[in-house]
Amino acid sequence: MASTIRVRATNNGDTTEVQALIQHPMDSGFIKDAQGQIIPAHFIQQLSFEYNGKSVFLANWGAAVSKDPYVKFAFKGGAKGDELKISWVDNKGATDSTTAKIQ
Amino acid sequence: MSLSSDRHSMTRRLVLQGAGAVALFGLGNIPFAPALAAANDKYPEDAFKQKSDADAIKALYGKTAEASDKVKLDAPEIAENGAVVPIAVTTTLTEVSSISFLVSENPNALAASYVIPAGTVPAVANRLKMAKTCNVIAIVESGGKLYSATKEVKVTVGGCGG
Repeated sequence: MASTIRVRATNNGDTTEVQALIQHPMDSGFIKDAQGQIIPAHFIQQLSFEYNGKSVFLANWGAAVSKDPYVKFAFKGGAKGDELKISWVDNKGATDSTTAKIQ
Repeated sequence: MSLSSDRHSMTRRLVLQGAGAVALFGLGNIPFAPALAAANDKYPEDAFKQKSDADAIKALYGKTAEASDKVKLDAPEIAENGAVVPIAVTTTLTEVSSISFLVSENPNALAASYVIPAGTVPAVANRLKMAKTCNVIAIVESGGKLYSATKEVKVTVGGCGG
């Protein structure tokens, strides 16, 4: 299966800008389906970005983050061609991870 | 007699709870061990369960925030679709260690909390769900203190499936 994570990391001199888009339903547990049954909560709890074996960004998410979440941040350092490791874990224990080359 | 047996069962419960917590913590962290060990941070489950924004801030940081014009919250005046509201925060503060987003009228106020290690630019953009028109609060933790910025966002169609 293709990765659920799409990342673009661009280095522009001093900093590396990272944009990530993840495919995930992010069900809040407050919404009912067409039959009136509550859709159980299912959302990403932690998303981590690692560069050079060091954490550069950690997101703790609640159910209020939109479906197919998007996040953007930047960190100092990074070089073109280097790898950035991204991984997430959701409230049901599912995980996914990928690596992206800095452009 | 009954007192001592009560105490006994209490101890036993505590021990069991402790064991459960250890097991959960261990399981949840296996795939993330290197990343989380570096950030030294676990998921703030309790803070995400709080209903009001004040309780969530207290559960997350254990202190209160003061409003600051050094925190710039970028959110739309009117969000047509409450399911996807683009919200960003930037700050001129230094030594930022975390940035959090709260939506005051959501069922659980805390939406997202980001750990910012040294060397990471203190600015985050993301997209949040909003149940209805209310205040969005950004909290920036800098040098052990909390600073906040608040903005009201009008929501035309709520993001809670209404």
